[in-house]
Amino acid sequence: MSAREEILARIRTAVAGAQDVEIPRGYRTERQVDDLVGLFAERVDDYRAIVHVVPSAGVPAKIDECVRGRRMVIPEGFGRDGGWDDLRTADGVLTNCAVAIAETGTIVLDHGPGQGTRAQTLVPDYHLCVVRADQIVPGVPEAVARLDPSRPLTWISGPSATSDIELNRVEGVHGPRTLEVVIST
Amino acid sequence: MSATFLGMPGNFPENAAIAVQDSQLRFNLRKATHTIRDRRASVVGELPDWQELRAAGKAIKDHTLRNLDRYLLRMEEAVTRAGGTVHWARDAAEANRIVTDLVKATGETEVVKVKSMATQEIGLNEALAEHGIAAYETDLAELIVQLGDDFPSHILVPAIHRNRSEIREIFLDRMPEVSRDLTDDPPALTEAARLHLRERFLRSKVAISGANFMVAETGTLVVLESEGNGRMCLSLPETLISVVGIEKLLPSWRDLEVFLQLLPRSSTGERMNPYTSMWTGAVEGQEFHLVLLDNGRTDVLADEVGRQALRCIRCSACLNVCPVYERAGGHAYGSVYPGPIGAILTPQLRGMGSELDASLPFASSLCGACYDVCPVAIDIPEVLVDLRAKAPHAAAERAGMKAAGWILNDHERLAKAQRAATKLRKLVPKRRLPGPLSAWTDTRDVPEIPEESFRDWWEREASHGQGAE
Ligand code: SF4
Repeated sequence: MSAREEILARIRTAVAGAQDVEIPRGYRTERQVDDLVGLFAERVDDYRAIVHVVPSAGVPAKIDECVRGRRMVIPEGFGRDGGWDDLRTADGVLTNCAVAIAETGTIVLDHGPGQGTRAQTLVPDYHLCVVRADQIVPGVPEAVARLDPSRPLTWISGPSATSDIELNRVEGVHGPRTLEVVIST
Repeated sequence: MSATFLGMPGNFPENAAIAVQDSQLRFNLRKATHTIRDRRASVVGELPDWQELRAAGKAIKDHTLRNLDRYLLRMEEAVTRAGGTVHWARDAAEANRIVTDLVKATGETEVVKVKSMATQEIGLNEALAEHGIAAYETDLAELIVQLGDDFPSHILVPAIHRNRSEIREIFLDRMPEVSRDLTDDPPALTEAARLHLRERFLRSKVAISGANFMVAETGTLVVLESEGNGRMCLSLPETLISVVGIEKLLPSWRDLEVFLQLLPRSSTGERMNPYTSMWTGAVEGQEFHLVLLDNGRTDVLADEVGRQALRCIRCSACLNVCPVYERAGGHAYGSVYPGPIGAILTPQLRGMGSELDASLPFASSLCGACYDVCPVAIDIPEVLVDLRAKAPHAAAERAGMKAAGWILNDHERLAKAQRAATKLRKLVPKRRLPGPLSAWTDTRDVPEIPEESFRDWWEREASHGQGAE
């Protein structure tokens, strides 16, 4: 018997006669948040990321300010020129996102247009992410519902961190050590 | 570390540092468990629907286990459709063989790894080493453990038994590029690890991971992490091999809305962990292999009471509230699965053939704190009691159980027992604690019997004004 057949047979024997269960979904699948932008900004800030809330017309100028003096990878589809091509020597990466979650201060990349490849958003030490206000959802269930599972997804909640040495939190291990978020309203 | 780790009795390296390490261990453990415990309570308290999420999490897992055959087939189909290859492994040897062959087929002799309890359980690193393949751990804690030639002691903070100066020593010793000026400041140590691993990430062609969840409906794998080494391993190498226990399955995409709330809050006590990666099949030109691992899980599934242990999402919340774990430390459980969950999972996965495994169900005072915090409501005390009834050395272990309560109940006696044990240390045959202490310290873990008891150490250090912070 193949391993596959044997494992399946063992499972069938093991659970024979066991009751199935209904899944109670009494938890919140939608939540009311009055100030989505405010809550998202506060929660991102809690992770010691840098947050700016900027009216959409002011976003390009804000980006200029943030990236000044940095060699930035700018992925295809972002709609801005002057990107740096060499990932290894780049100082940072500039992206959009697919969805953002207010309650947890999370941004989710699906690596579509303007979001770069997984490597592009990982190797540089600085990540500047532009989030449109209408991309912010209240909680995790609303985000899961919006995302496409066939895409590679990267959920980011603050800069990379470790608490492995005597439980001291240190920001920045292998991912970008600085995360800066511009919320465009 | 671990074929040996899970299978063989006591071959911990003995060295002079052990005693120091052990007193450090108790102090670190207390600090770690209490810190994480408080953080968890605060972020769990933020969610008014925590109990509903917990009920859903439990039911989703139970439903999956009841229909595991069907969902595994669906997973296989979805991964295959998305360009991945699925392998099935009955046991550790088979899984190791599959992975070794896959790595050999790439012609590579080095692989990078992201923390995975499943691969520790099967002793993959040792199996690869036998075939001339070096496996590099990339989590900071796992790196410390691997470079220091020892064993993880906590699910979440595996190097919790090492202090900063020990870590500095290990790095100076084992990282040739590191400057002698390296300080023991955590940011400096972290930076050294970052630099040490960066080139390796960029040049490695093969990575091996586990997964926290896999979604049958879509074929998606999910890895939660903090440091970014997971993202490095999952996205940079040309070939990715994921070894995943068959119980990690969730039926539908939607189920992630439950577990992505339950796991980070229960585990690190954060609203969300820094990074979560999800991928379906072969992504961005990568070659992807999924190895579905049984290795005793179907035996656990066959036990009506014990099967609930398969709901476990390895959050480690039960470790952090356990009074026995806090004193005994992770190594005492003699397996990659320490603490209350280890006490019920290990004896079921391995059977209770060895004395260590038969004693594990007794490593508890049955206080029930583990059940209260468990995000998938595993009734650990219920399983412990059931396993106790099945354990072969009933009489001896019952004595052990009483001893656990006796020790935990009285600080004065704890101190005396530790001192007594310390004095007996050199007299103990086969590194066993005698009598009533044996049930939860007779594991192989000589480090549990320090030259100097923790209390003595603490008093001495404190009086010198330099007891750890
Ligand atoms: S048994 Fe429950 S609390 Fe313990 S690690 Fe598993 S899921 Fe977490």
